[in-house]
Amino acid sequence: MFALTEKDRPLAQMLLDFGACPRCILRFCGAGLQTPYRCPHKELLSEVHTFLKNNKEEEGRCCETADPPYKRIRLQDPEVAEGLNQNGSLQSSLMESSENVACENSPPNVCSVCLGILQESCERDFVKKVCQKVNSAEYQFTSFVFSVSFPPQLSVREHAAWLLVKQEMGKQGLSPAKEDIVQLKEAYKWIIHPLLSEELSVPADGKVVDANFNFILQSVFTRMAVIKALEKIKEEDFRKHFPCPPTSPKTPCAALEIQCTNGAIFVAGRYNKYSRDLPQTPWIIDGERKLESSVEELISEPLVTVFKVDSFNFSSSGREDVDVRTLGNGRPFAVELVNPRRVHFATEEMKELQQTINNSTDKIKVRDLQLVTREAIGRMKEGEEEKTKTYSALVWTEKAIQKGDISFLDEMKELKLDQKTPLRVLHRRPLAVRPRVIHTMQSAYIDEHHFRLHLKTQAGTYIKEFVHGDFGRTKPNMGSLLGTTADILELDVESVDVDWPPALDN
Amino acid sequence: AVTMAPSVTERYFTRWYKPDVKGNPCEDHCILQHSNRICVITLAEAHPLLQNGKTIKSINYQISANCSRLQNKVSGKSKRGAQFLTELAPLCRISCSDGDEYTIYSCIRGRLMEVNESILDNPSILQDKPSTEGYIAVVLPKFEESKGITQGLLTQKEYQEVLLKRFNSTA
Ligand SMILES: [Zn+2]
Repeated sequence: MFALTEKDRPLAQMLLDFGACPRCILRFCGAGLQTPYRCPHKELLSEVHTFLKNNKEEEGRCCETADPPYKRIRLQDPEVAEGLNQNGSLQSSLMESSENVACENSPPNVCSVCLGILQESCERDFVKKVCQKVNSAEYQFTSFVFSVSFPPQLSVREHAAWLLVKQEMGKQGLSPAKEDIVQLKEAYKWIIHPLLSEELSVPADGKVVDANFNFILQSVFTRMAVIKALEKIKEEDFRKHFPCPPTSPKTPCAALEIQCTNGAIFVAGRYNKYSRDLPQTPWIIDGERKLESSVEELISEPLVTVFKVDSFNFSSSGREDVDVRTLGNGRPFAVELVNPRRVHFATEEMKELQQTINNSTDKIKVRDLQLVTREAIGRMKEGEEEKTKTYSALVWTEKAIQKGDISFLDEMKELKLDQKTPLRVLHRRPLAVRPRVIHTMQSAYIDEHHFRLHLKTQAGTYIKEFVHGDFGRTKPNMGSLLGTTADILELDVESVDVDWPPALDN
Repeated sequence: AVTMAPSVTERYFTRWYKPDVKGNPCEDHCILQHSNRICVITLAEAHPLLQNGKTIKSINYQISANCSRLQNKVSGKSKRGAQFLTELAPLCRISCSDGDEYTIYSCIRGRLMEVNESILDNPSILQDKPSTEGYIAVVLPKFEESKGITQGLLTQKEYQEVLLKRFNSTA
């Protein structure tokens, strides 16, 4: 016969008697092959009955009067019973042991162990409902991961069934191991994966996260609390408080929530910032917005629209102040797009998307826009600490200067600074004196009080503080080098020397 | 055409004044409050130390037998270990060649971040650049107190009026 053998008969009979569904019977008999579970529920039920009918016949006529429903089945030709495909009559045999009285063609009794998870929740109708949810969200995906969350009550019923199984097998002188039982979740996935896969026309995949559905059933207790309690409780105590066998419920448990999420995708590129009134991220103080836009929003909002995502996370290789421009090849950035509906974009489409962003504003410009992996983003952050940065600063001097007064700066190489944590960030960073290096400087005289200074510095150097001195807290500083008071009027980032993401020819 | 942009102090800080600190005439202090709530304690322009002819002999951060502001150490983002200051906590004593001695006070409640050690070696910075390199100390008020910390202090405009009155009464 299908998955059960002679030795399983008494156990299967006991499970059937207290209202377990055929798949739960298979599970507790330790049937470890997937295929039998995938048989339609009705067929399985009838097979179980056929199997156990023989059992009854072999056991002898003593049961006849004690168990009238089986007598009724026995009277039928087993083949006819299956051929008619009428669970109704088979069903009634099950139901008469409970107080429910089922009529012909009624749905099967709700399993007292799995509460219908391996019955209705495995049926095509349910699968269709899940797939409708997926399809209505218009996801692009190539595989799926199914994750399911069962109500904690099931653990209690499972435990009750397990105690009975142990008892029954003990009678036969056997001591079953819990590992021999097929877990409810496992059996459920065996059944539902092929159905979903067929309905969605994509393979189920345990590794690639693409689409992801949960169904959660409500409970007042957390699952962990229930599992912990079940581990602790003594068998006698459990039997005292919970009916063994568990009673049959009138209605099956239903899926409370079906959630679909697509794995995040990542878009990277480089940005230029041309505005001195644009923060990198939304600037909000005491719940009030200070400036209407930000680099992160200008880049991410078109992505959010096109990829149809729930939310995004913007990151970049360092950041510039609100009044600092970023020129040259720009600053590497990456955007994590959470739960995207669209995921497939051709190179040409990415180019168009980049154009859309660039057409929407003149405050920033994006280049090298491309899809990247989560892992690759690490390379952007790696460079942050070690790489050098190139800046251009407009410097003001209190004292009138001549060209000759500043030319010595060009000769200075590897100038070492002791930089105290700037006052402007001291409220949120530890106080320390950090050694920093200005690799090279190049000055361009403008007038008696102004010159432009190009600097190549170690990452992490505060340029503004190097120029104005921060109350003498950065030493030396431009003022001390020139013997006057110096200030910085404008600052531009000329290059961020991180070679990621790869440059594209556009 | 050179237009003077506001200085670093003017760009990022708000000036608050406390005149005649501890009842000592003209010993005015100026507190520079950053928008991030950091406060820099400085001497106001009218302080006797900044008037012509004063020469600073020494600056002493040892304010009592067992308390030196130089021993202040802060660690971590939360600045653990900082000395706590009340409005009237002394920061340092400055003595002049003419024998006068002045005590500089915190003027605000908060935790001491650092004192300016540069003025120890070169006291003239204090007189040359009292609003920048010649600062006395950096204090971080408690977050919940940072709004009310300046309540007993004068704005720049109010302080100008005090100076004007002072000038008129001596004239
Ligand atoms: Zn079941």
